[in-house]
Amino acid sequence: MLNEHDIQTLLQRVINRSPGDETEVLFLGLDEALTRFANNEIHQNVAETNFSLAVSVAFGKRVGMAATSDLSDAALDRLLEQAAMLARLQPENPDFPGFAPPAEFPAGRQAFDEATAAATPEFRARAVGEVLRYAVDRGAVASGAFSTSRYQWAIATSHGLFAWQPLTLAELTIVAMTETGSGYAADAAWQVEQIPVAQWGKIAVDKALASQNPRDIPPGEYPVVLEASAVQDLVAFIGGGANGMSVTEGSSWMSGRQGQALFSPAITLVDDPAAPEHWPMAFDFEGTPRQPLTLIRQGVVGDAYYNRQWAARTGHPATGHGTPPINPFEPGSAMGRAMFPLHLTLQAGDTPIEQLIATVERGLYVTRFNYTRTVHPREVVVTGLTRDGTFWIEGGEIAYPVKNLRFTQSYVEALQHVAAVGDTLHREPAYGGFTRNPALQLTQFRFTGKTEF
Amino acid sequence: MKDLLALALNRAQLLGAAYADVRILTTREQSVGVRNGVVEEVGELENAGFGVRVLVDGAWGFASSARLTREEVERVTAEAIAIARASALFQQHRVFLGPAEVHQAVYRTPLEIDPFSVPIEDKIALLLEADQLMRAEAGVKVTNGHLVCLRKQQYFASTEGAAIEQELVETGGAIMALAIANGEVQRRSYPNVFRDQHAEGWEFIQRLDFPGHAPRVGAEAVALLSAEQCPSKITTLILDRTQLGLQVHESCGHPTELDRVFGTEAAYAGTSFLTPEKLGVFRYGSELVNITADATTPRGLGTFGYDDEGVPAQRVPLVREGRFVGYLTSRETATQLAYLRGEDPSLARSTGAMRASGWNRLPIIRMTNINLEPGTWELEDLIADTDEGIYMETNKSWSIDNLRLNFLFGTELAYEIKNGKRGKLYKNATYTGMTPEFWGSCDAICNATYWGVWGVPNCGKGQPAQTAHPGHGAAPARFRNIRVGVMK
Repeated sequence: MLNEHDIQTLLQRVINRSPGDETEVLFLGLDEALTRFANNEIHQNVAETNFSLAVSVAFGKRVGMAATSDLSDAALDRLLEQAAMLARLQPENPDFPGFAPPAEFPAGRQAFDEATAAATPEFRARAVGEVLRYAVDRGAVASGAFSTSRYQWAIATSHGLFAWQPLTLAELTIVAMTETGSGYAADAAWQVEQIPVAQWGKIAVDKALASQNPRDIPPGEYPVVLEASAVQDLVAFIGGGANGMSVTEGSSWMSGRQGQALFSPAITLVDDPAAPEHWPMAFDFEGTPRQPLTLIRQGVVGDAYYNRQWAARTGHPATGHGTPPINPFEPGSAMGRAMFPLHLTLQAGDTPIEQLIATVERGLYVTRFNYTRTVHPREVVVTGLTRDGTFWIEGGEIAYPVKNLRFTQSYVEALQHVAAVGDTLHREPAYGGFTRNPALQLTQFRFTGKTEF
Repeated sequence: MKDLLALALNRAQLLGAAYADVRILTTREQSVGVRNGVVEEVGELENAGFGVRVLVDGAWGFASSARLTREEVERVTAEAIAIARASALFQQHRVFLGPAEVHQAVYRTPLEIDPFSVPIEDKIALLLEADQLMRAEAGVKVTNGHLVCLRKQQYFASTEGAAIEQELVETGGAIMALAIANGEVQRRSYPNVFRDQHAEGWEFIQRLDFPGHAPRVGAEAVALLSAEQCPSKITTLILDRTQLGLQVHESCGHPTELDRVFGTEAAYAGTSFLTPEKLGVFRYGSELVNITADATTPRGLGTFGYDDEGVPAQRVPLVREGRFVGYLTSRETATQLAYLRGEDPSLARSTGAMRASGWNRLPIIRMTNINLEPGTWELEDLIADTDEGIYMETNKSWSIDNLRLNFLFGTELAYEIKNGKRGKLYKNATYTGMTPEFWGSCDAICNATYWGVWGVPNCGKGQPAQTAHPGHGAAPARFRNIRVGVMK
């Protein structure tokens, strides 16, 4: 494995050889191992060592990008030639802001854990084994995945910037099933020891047992208690829509509403890359220091996030949310510099989950949502289904399990109807890491269809 | 390359593998993106690596690396063995692969024009021209377009003696216009927002004719701003072939994946309502409905020579005259199905649907080209034959439950059909239903003239996540008594 010095030397070698007016070099490396289980056995158990070097070369405002996994001198020369050729052949991008200058990166944002980096297949198998044994003993079937990964991200520019950060991440998802019920639990952390695998297994299996023989209920508008895993979906859609491009172009829920009291005052949504209990990161994939941001403050619409290009276009400062120009680990996915929040936290309130349930006379308790998609972007109208444990609440108590329902609901509107916010933050795996969310009680949520299970 | 393949297989056998296969894959990708008249991204990616899959004590292990050296092949093979031994700690059954698949072959995607041979400046000029034509429509706020070319050079070898070389080429692209006014946002894209992608060369992009379609795309986006909201009612629905292709993808392709049926995707993608006792007897749709998994469809994005277990590409019926008759399988699941059905597992052959998204991923069951076979109708006759209904075109939103029964789809554009004629334009069109009832209500499918394949370059499945590139052939079709207009 390359260390910081090796990577800095490599990146500088590329910059030194570059023919461009400006050059940016990004190194992405990962060692990922994932133990997947289903039908109470381990069935897919994998490991990956992967890395890529992406070089962007600019002549004036013409920019070309090329990436490779071959780090030989000959390959690096070809890479530079390729990027330079692509840059020369295209018209100017008037909004190109140049590559990042040197910056003062915040200290202390540490998210590398030796134990997570060193986790073995046997370590993961034995942890998963506890879940499987608990499921087998209770007549349930467990499925899921437990992964431990280490990453190295480094960036250098011809303006003298160099930044490097090693990270680790562990993720767990469990779905337990019986003939007619299912349960779910998930967790993520940069220190694997923070994930109580067996405890999550028990929660998933117990919920699968509790959700057996679900009853039919008609679609309609109901008060709901959303577990933190379900709330994650609202957080991801609302957080994802706060990107500076959509906000500027007018397609975001945030467009033209900044400063307005759009949501319930109980809602505060932040993106905090400094929080040690999240996944601390010092810089983004363009070399910009990652800034804490408040997207919603006590219901009032706050700030959007910007990468360098959209910052330059709009006059806002870049906030440190730039994504890589390419996903080298998934060829065929779209290229292009975008922006994304990796540290979303919906702030907790002061109501225990039991109280969230106890104050609902008649309504639904939802464990999580599944297969959610935008129907209309401006009001964040989303459709999807409940999954892995949906229950009817009667007189402030969980009364019985119900069959899953389809919903079609504006998430903006949903967060206007917050009755109470849970007092505990849960880490929920999400694209590119995890979010932290409490449970919510909403006074209304619109269910538009039903299922047979 | 052959040295490294042999080294991995020898090493795996020495370390105790009963079976091993290795894939070495080099991918080259070129991408061009234009937004609002500005070239935002021009990039090239080259990525190479290898993956070793081993069977030890009846359990799987898989390891992979981007370092193509002898030392790394030895390390990674030993890692795969160690992983398999860890898998064996918690194992309910021993993997059985059925009859050996021993093929030595070379396959290359047929091309007229190598997409990488087309000058980059021509690609940029094409997108800029289309972009300008879309922006010529007053009211268009955002435009973009992109092109993607992909070449995968893959070597596969197994301890059974398979040795297969494949060169797979894909070419794709799309243009999109967004009209925004007074809090309303409407999108129109061509062929769809993710891009259409085929296993062929630049000739596909020439046929797409972006500049020819760009003015219409811009005009329709703006027209949608002032269109009426799609009414909420139960009515007759006619779907265009691209939306129907996605309907096939979600409601037939995924539920016929046998790994889902057997529960091995339960925690992520979900399971399936098409359980084994339904095979051969379940009424999936009306008698007009014939759906085929065809990895040999010319130009289809799911077309190849051999899957990633070395099994030859095949054409397999999934639904015949409305009856559910087949699955997408792997070698392992084919034997499991045979066992369940009281057949001889040692004779059970895979339908050739195991694909990995890269060298760094374990092959899993993926769609090939899942095609709704054409019917007999002319499109204009179909519309003329419809007294009252809605025509919907181009996917905008898609959601389906984890058994693949309850779905809700949205389309970019819809038209009222009244007295056999297209009427007013509708925005925010959606429709919903349950899979067997929906396909059971199909009473007309257009003929081969209207039939075409389109590619889905963004099909997600698996942990770690994998993005597959299947294809779907379809022609417009009509469905009765469908609930439309599900949006507040």
